[in-house]
Amino acid sequence: MSSFEMKDVLSPVVTNMPPSGIRKFFDIVNEMKGAISLGVGEPDFITPAHIREAGITSLENGHTYYTSNAGIVELRDEIAKYLKRRFDLSYDYKSEVLVSVGGSEAIDLALRALVSPGDEVLIPEPSFVCYKPDAQLAGGVPVPLETYEEDNFALRADVLKAAITDKTKALILPYPNNPTGGIMTREQLYEIAKVLEGTNIVVISDEIYAELTYGDNKHFSIAQIPSMHERTVIVSGFSKAYAMTGWRLGYACGNKDLIAAMTKIHQYAIMSAPTTSQYAAIEALRNGDEDIERMKKEYNRRRRFIVDGFRKMGLSCFEPLGAFYVFPCIKSTGFGSEEFCEKLLQEEKIAVVPGNAFGESGEGFVRCSYAYSVENIKEALERIERFVKRHKK
Amino acid sequence: MEQILEILEKDCRITPEQVAVMLDRDPGAVAEAIHAYEQDKTIVGYGALINWEQTMREYVTAFIELKVTPQLGKGFDQIAKKIYQHECVKSVYLMSGGFDLAVVIEGKTLKEVSLFVSEKLAPLDSVLSTATHFVLKKYKDMGVVFAHESEDERRMITL
Repeated sequence: MSSFEMKDVLSPVVTNMPPSGIRKFFDIVNEMKGAISLGVGEPDFITPAHIREAGITSLENGHTYYTSNAGIVELRDEIAKYLKRRFDLSYDYKSEVLVSVGGSEAIDLALRALVSPGDEVLIPEPSFVCYKPDAQLAGGVPVPLETYEEDNFALRADVLKAAITDKTKALILPYPNNPTGGIMTREQLYEIAKVLEGTNIVVISDEIYAELTYGDNKHFSIAQIPSMHERTVIVSGFSKAYAMTGWRLGYACGNKDLIAAMTKIHQYAIMSAPTTSQYAAIEALRNGDEDIERMKKEYNRRRRFIVDGFRKMGLSCFEPLGAFYVFPCIKSTGFGSEEFCEKLLQEEKIAVVPGNAFGESGEGFVRCSYAYSVENIKEALERIERFVKRHKK
Repeated sequence: MEQILEILEKDCRITPEQVAVMLDRDPGAVAEAIHAYEQDKTIVGYGALINWEQTMREYVTAFIELKVTPQLGKGFDQIAKKIYQHECVKSVYLMSGGFDLAVVIEGKTLKEVSLFVSEKLAPLDSVLSTATHFVLKKYKDMGVVFAHESEDERRMITL
């Protein structure tokens, strides 16, 4: 008998990584009849037809080969033009743009290109669940930065300042934010820039929700601040703005030396992003501005509707100005985040995500996505209201 | 205020208060605007979009292309009026191109629709010709897909 046990030889970095408990929870939801989920973090729109057709046409034309490692030149050129047009950001498409497999790959690449063992990576929380494991896989030490409801979950300059050590290598800036829907204003980002000036910290600005901001101000990127442009790598993609999650296409833009290092890793690990998706993305960037506006208008209506619904049932809910999530506080029910979600599912068949899945500072909150039809949201709010009234302390 | 109409066109059961929340407007102003739209016939009616194929109801829909002679001083309006006053006529459009009026008719049977065309439409003085097309299947109407859509495929991948 062999004594070989695969689990004994797995990397401890991976085995020590906690599995997502949420997956199991949502497997139950998928099986439950009559359950309504507000859990999914991707658009409910399908990719606009003209973009899908561009992908199909590329296949019909036989574009089925690898592309250059950094992505089709035409696409990189369009990405640079798009960032200039929409956010007044300037990048040289030849050396400062890399096309990746979703924004997620670009985050991983940036961390692996920057982090040496023991380096610290600052991660505002609550935030997307991938930053922490990605930092660990790169050999880094994730350092959570707490954000607060009273600040609309924006990162505070004093919290950042207090966390910086001589080992700090990178700051992840995940705004507009998943799960809170919080954004960072120009003024707040200038405060952050002041703290970073004079350090060697690189900013990995995850701007995947940049097109989904509401209210008077358009998204402002920290890379628009002159002193931050050189040290910021922007990560974004097509998933949220153009409802293209399944196409797996993102990009990173930044300093050419960092992009070259990331391209090196991408070249060995991935070769190139999917060719069909790249052709579809060219069409999205050239003719997709109206699609963005159409979807954003619809999200914005749902956003107002769902925030109003939570407030009317007596839960405190700050006004999220980005992404497609609301993050109501459920402390008044006396339940913790996980208990609230479990009971809500059992009693009313509504699935939302516990806030602490996004970091400890998310405890006491739940994330609800409004990438659902108004009809679903209406029904879900009625059931949640019934639940909250029943359990209000 | 046209955004109010966009929302009501999708779901007319929504209350003025809910519309007001979605558009960040005063509920009173929204209710007033809806009332005004009703008065000036911008909103001409409210109804449910029903897929009758799901029911046991027997019915047939036909699209009829009519070539007509316009009447002096009245153009096509007079003949259109004559046609749309029939209960079984669901829509009438004045068209550009190869024919003049497009008429949508609903009846219980093919025979009923055919008889209507041959006995009521074709004999009208100004009607020159008719071409009747029966609907076999409705895929989409009023922006809504009628064919069974697959369920929400989205899954909790990460978060």
